[in-house]
Amino acid sequence: MSPAARRRLVLALPWAWMAVFFLVPFGIVLSIAFAEPSEGLPPYAPLLRWSGEATAVLQLNLANFQLLLEDPYYLDAYLRSLRVAAISATLCLLVGYPMALAIARAPAHRRNLLLMLVVLPFWTSFLLRVTAWIGILQDQGWLNGLLLALGLIAEPIPLLYTDAAMYIGITYCYLPFMVLPLYATLSKLDPSLLEAAEDLGARPWRAFLQVTLPLSLPGIVAGFLLVFIPAVGEFVIPELLGGPSAQLIGRVLWTEFFQNRDWPLASALAIVLLAALVAPIALFQWRAGR
Amino acid sequence: MSQAAKPGTAEPWRDPAAEPFLRIEKVTKRFGDFVALDEVSLSIYRGELFALLGGSGSGKSTLLRCLAGFLEPDAGRIVLDGQDMAGVAPYARPVNMMFQSYALFPHMTVAQNIGFGLKQEGAARAIIRDRVAEMLALVKMEGFGDRKPSALSGGQRARVALARALARRPKLLLLDEPLSALDKNLRESTQFELINIQERTGTTFVIVTHDQEEAMTMATRLAVMDRGTLAQVGTPSEVYEFPNSRFTAEFLGTANILEGVVEGVEAEGVRIGSSELDFDILAEPAPSKPLGSRVFVALRPERMRIERVEPGSALGDNRLVGRVRDIGYYGDYFLYYVVLEHGKEVRVSQPNLRRRTERPVDWEDTVAVTWDRQASMVLPE
Ligand SMILES: Nc1ncnc2c1ncn2[C@@H]1O[C@H](COP(=O)(O)OP(=O)(O)O)[C@@H](O)[C@H]1O
Ligand SMILES: [Mg+2]
Repeated sequence: MSPAARRRLVLALPWAWMAVFFLVPFGIVLSIAFAEPSEGLPPYAPLLRWSGEATAVLQLNLANFQLLLEDPYYLDAYLRSLRVAAISATLCLLVGYPMALAIARAPAHRRNLLLMLVVLPFWTSFLLRVTAWIGILQDQGWLNGLLLALGLIAEPIPLLYTDAAMYIGITYCYLPFMVLPLYATLSKLDPSLLEAAEDLGARPWRAFLQVTLPLSLPGIVAGFLLVFIPAVGEFVIPELLGGPSAQLIGRVLWTEFFQNRDWPLASALAIVLLAALVAPIALFQWRAGR
Repeated sequence: MSQAAKPGTAEPWRDPAAEPFLRIEKVTKRFGDFVALDEVSLSIYRGELFALLGGSGSGKSTLLRCLAGFLEPDAGRIVLDGQDMAGVAPYARPVNMMFQSYALFPHMTVAQNIGFGLKQEGAARAIIRDRVAEMLALVKMEGFGDRKPSALSGGQRARVALARALARRPKLLLLDEPLSALDKNLRESTQFELINIQERTGTTFVIVTHDQEEAMTMATRLAVMDRGTLAQVGTPSEVYEFPNSRFTAEFLGTANILEGVVEGVEAEGVRIGSSELDFDILAEPAPSKPLGSRVFVALRPERMRIERVEPGSALGDNRLVGRVRDIGYYGDYFLYYVVLEHGKEVRVSQPNLRRRTERPVDWEDTVAVTWDRQASMVLPE
C-alpha cells in the first residue's frame, strides 16, 4: 500500500466514526424536523410519499420552525438557557482558574495527584452526585443543619429548587471541563516570562494580568466552550435541583418529545439550538485561524 | 581582546580606597541539604563587566538569581550602591536581567516588550515611545518595533532582550548565558556589541557564562566558580597567568600539571624535584614555599617547545622526553599529545606558522619538550 493510500485509510476511520455517529443521526433529526406530526409510531409522517406510480413527492413542512420563531415561549426558553449556560461557564471559570493555576504551580510530583482529584468525582455516577446535592441543600440538609448548629440562622433557608442550587449543581458537575484545558495552557507557560515581568517592575498581580492571563486565553476559551455548550441543553441538573419556574430548553425538548409526542417540533428545537451554537463558534474559529 | 589589558583603563579593584558598587558578603544559599552557594564574598565596581565563569551546576545562576531577588540568600548580605537588598522584591530592585531563554513576551510586539518596564513605572506614553526608539537604535533594531518576537531570528531576539533589560536604566544588568543560544560567528560579533553597549551606557554588567573564551574576551574581571565557591577572582590575564589552583589552571585554558617537591631556592628562582620522573623543574619567580613542600606546577601548552630527538635522549632541567601519540590540527596551531616514559601525557601546542606539507614532528617521533623557567607556574594551593 502506498503511503498516501495508508494515510487515506487512517483518516477514513475518524471520518467513518463522524458519519455513523454524528452525520447520520443529525440527518435523521433534520428530516424529522421537516416532517408533519401524525398519530402512530413513529409519530410523524415520512417526508417522501409515493403518489400514484413511481412518483415520489417530497413534502417539507416548515411550520415547526415558524412556530419556534413566532411563539415567545420557545424564544424565552432559548434565551434563558443561553444565560444559564453563560453564568455557569463564568462560575466555572472563576472557581476553576485559581484551581488550575494552583495545580500548574504545584511541585511536579504533586500535580498528577491534584489532577486525579479534579476528575475523581467522575468515578461516581453523575445522578448519584446530583442527588447528593439534594441531601446537602434541602431544608433538613447538611448545609442548613450546619448553619443552624452554628447559630448563624434561626430557621432553614430554602436552597433546594432555586436558581442558586441549579448553578451550584452545574458548576460542580462541569468544573473538570474547565480546569483541564486551563491547566493544559497554564502548565505550558514558561515561568521565566513571569519572572521577566516581575524583574521589569510588575507587581505579582499586574504580572498576572499582563502576562499569565492573556497567555492563557486559549485555555479560557476552550474551557468556556466545553462548559457552555453542554450546559445550554442541560436537563437533569435543572430538573433535580432548580426551581419549577425555570423553563430551559432541555425541559422544553423533553416535554415536546415525551409528553406531547411532537417529534418534529422537538427535532426543530434541537436543530435551531445546534445552529445557534455552531454559528458563533465557527465564526470565532475562523477569525482565530486568520 | 580583554578590556583589562587596555592601557589607561581604570582599575578600581586595585585601589583600596575605592568603594565597591556591589558588595556580596558571605552569601549562602541552600536547597534542602545541598549547598548551592557557600559563603560567597565578592566586590564589583561601578561600570565593570564582571563575568561569573564556571561549569554546569557550579552555582552561577543561583548567585545571579540572588542578585535579581528571585532567591533570598539563607545567610549573608547583598549591598548595591549602599542599599541592602535583603527583603527587596524583584520588582522593586534597580536591577534588570537578560534571561538565558530571553523570556520575551510572545503576545506583545518588540516595542511593547521594550516598553514593558517603563509602563510598570507609569511613564507617559510619549516618554515610553521615545525611550523604546532610543533602545531600538542602541541595539540596531530600528524598524522592528511592530514585529512579534516569533518573527525574529535568534540574534534579533537577543538584542530585543538586551534592549528590554536596559530600558529602565538599571544600576545593575544581569545576563544569564546571554549568547549561548547563538551560533559561533553570531556569538562573537554579539560579544563585541555587548561590550560596546556596556561602555556606552556605563551600566555595570554581571554576566554568567560557562564559555571561558567569552569570559576572557568580554570581562574586566572574572570569578571562576567551583561547587558554590569562588575558586579565583581577578582580571582574565591574572587568572590565566597566575592560576591559584589546579582547578582554575585547568578550567581557564589548558594546563599540564606536574607534581614535585621544593628542593632549593636560588637567587632567580626555585628548583623543584619531580616526584614522578627523574628531572627537575625550574621556576621563576620563586614562590613562597618552604623547602621540602610538595607543589603542583602548571604548564600552558603554548609556552612549551617541541623538537625531534634521538631515542634514548636524556631528561634535564625543564626538559621532558617522550613519544608523540597524537597530533591535533586546529588550523592556526597544532596540538601534540606526548606520552612520557611512565605513561603520563603532556600537551604541547605550536603555532602553524607556515603552510607545510611536512611537519617537523610527526606521529611516533621521539621528542624533547622544553620550556623557560618563567613558564613554570607554581600553584600556591
Ligand atoms: N530551585 C532549586 N532547587 C533545588 N536545587 C537547585 C535549585 N536551583 C538550583 N539548584 C541546584 O543548585 C546547583 C547550582 O545550580 P545553578 O546555579 O543553576 O548552576 P549553574 O552554575 O549551572 O548556573 C545545581 O546543582 C542545581 O541542581
Ligand atoms: Mg545556569
